[in-house]
Amino acid sequence: MLIAAVIATALIISGTLVYTQFFSRRRLLVSTTTSLWESDLLKKVESVFEAKYPIDLQFIAAGSGVAIEQGRNGDVDCVLVHAPSMELTFLQQGFGTSRKIIAYNFFTIVGPSNDPALVNGQNVTEALKRITEYGRNQTGKVWVSRADNSGTHTKEQSLWKLAGFNYTLISAEQWYANAPGGMGETLLKAEQFSAYTLSDIGTYLKFHEKDERITLDSFMAEKYELLNVYSVMAVNRTRHKHVNFNDTVTFIKFLTSDEGQQLIEKFGEEDYGTSGRLFRAAVSYLTANSTEQIAQWIRKYAFLGDPPTECPPEYRDTECPELYT
Amino acid sequence: MPRALYIAKANLVLESSLNEIIEGIVKAFQLIFTGDPRVLEVVLRSLFVSGLATLIAALWGLPIAMALAMKKFRGRFLLKGIFNTLLGIPTVALGLVLFLFLSRSGPVGFLSMLYTPSGMIIGEALLITPIIISLATSALEAVDPEMMKQATTLGATDSQASATILKEALGGVVLAGVSSFNRAIAELGVAQMVGGNIEGRTEVLTTAIAAETAKGNIALSIALAIILLALVFIITMTVNVIQRRRK
Repeated sequence: MLIAAVIATALIISGTLVYTQFFSRRRLLVSTTTSLWESDLLKKVESVFEAKYPIDLQFIAAGSGVAIEQGRNGDVDCVLVHAPSMELTFLQQGFGTSRKIIAYNFFTIVGPSNDPALVNGQNVTEALKRITEYGRNQTGKVWVSRADNSGTHTKEQSLWKLAGFNYTLISAEQWYANAPGGMGETLLKAEQFSAYTLSDIGTYLKFHEKDERITLDSFMAEKYELLNVYSVMAVNRTRHKHVNFNDTVTFIKFLTSDEGQQLIEKFGEEDYGTSGRLFRAAVSYLTANSTEQIAQWIRKYAFLGDPPTECPPEYRDTECPELYT
Repeated sequence: MPRALYIAKANLVLESSLNEIIEGIVKAFQLIFTGDPRVLEVVLRSLFVSGLATLIAALWGLPIAMALAMKKFRGRFLLKGIFNTLLGIPTVALGLVLFLFLSRSGPVGFLSMLYTPSGMIIGEALLITPIIISLATSALEAVDPEMMKQATTLGATDSQASATILKEALGGVVLAGVSSFNRAIAELGVAQMVGGNIEGRTEVLTTAIAAETAKGNIALSIALAIILLALVFIITMTVNVIQRRRK
């Protein structure tokens, strides 16, 4: 009996090995920030991409911090994230290559529609100050934080700093809820507490307009401080020999192609109309040396290295220079 | 606001929130009875993973249980104590350990079993092994010890005598298997951390319910939860009925 057990276990393990060696070449595992996943954009991308290529695209939804960690461990082939500072570290440590900026939108502060802290129409630093002031006079939770080392959480930390607060101290105050979870979950928590939170506009619109799961209002205008830029990176194939690099390049090329960019730009139009597009295509602004304000903003915010580029030359994989022409 | 109006408004709020739940349940049944391919896939994968895990756990657990119940050796009680303690092992703790081991940068990362159904099967099997061992040991110990002696005096070999005991304790042993299966199919920690809830690959009932609720797909969550409850209920009931018949 013990022998049978050993055989069964060995069979399963060897079966997996054989399977991954011989049948899984065309499987591409992508770790992605929750906002791209929960808005269903990637489902759309997946169906179009898989119809075109014989590649099985699979996603793990995690915060940007976790996604980069999975890339660092070599557990995924490719990451989709939105945290330029973390992305730079990932490249510098030699775990990521071939970064391409694919999309952008804006963050916004959302909160109960009666806006008790009076943040509507304020700039983001003033809004955070008002929320703090209001929170300190309340007994309940007034601000819900992702608190999960995600791209949104990274942004939140930088915004508190921008507003002149010490993040460690502010996040320990009683009105501040540290509630690790995805973006959708965090919006639902904020709804439940009638609290404010920082959200990307994409997830907010999905939950507010389409699903009607939250009544929170969005209070911020599209400003530079609230810019949110999504990029894709391959896991370094010299660091992790087993990763599916070739298909990752195909995927990156698809995302940055006209077709992929149209998909991103048009996503959600039927549900929200053109005024409420969830994500916006970024590639045209970067290649055409556009002088538009948004192009300057993206360069200033999400370009890395010196001179700033979307991927410093030393982190580009030598086999696919065509990504950058 | 006049009181009557206030009550009317409160009723409206209550009604609309109840409506959401009722709507969810209606949609859930539609998903179940129209044979929605996604629902079907998740259910089948859940059954497959937990079923295979139970089989493996039984294969290596039962010999250990028989040794614990029938052989007298030093450290027997310590070993039994350990397995009894492991009965309540937090699934997230085991999930974390398995994650660290199976990750590419972990000791057995070269197997590439993280985020695969095979990894989940091994993980669930490890999780439920203590359950199988503890419950099966109790069932085997409950058999009259005289029976073993009688069998051997009647000329049975050691393994024949063990088989007699196993047959006698079959009800309890099957119950151990069913309890293990139920634990495996209903737990979230290992499935989430080892499987990663990848649609089309490692998504099972529990991880899908958690993720879809967070995404706001309440109808799908309700459908999956109803199925999960029904599965556990039906399997347990069937086993109970069969056991009754046998007696």
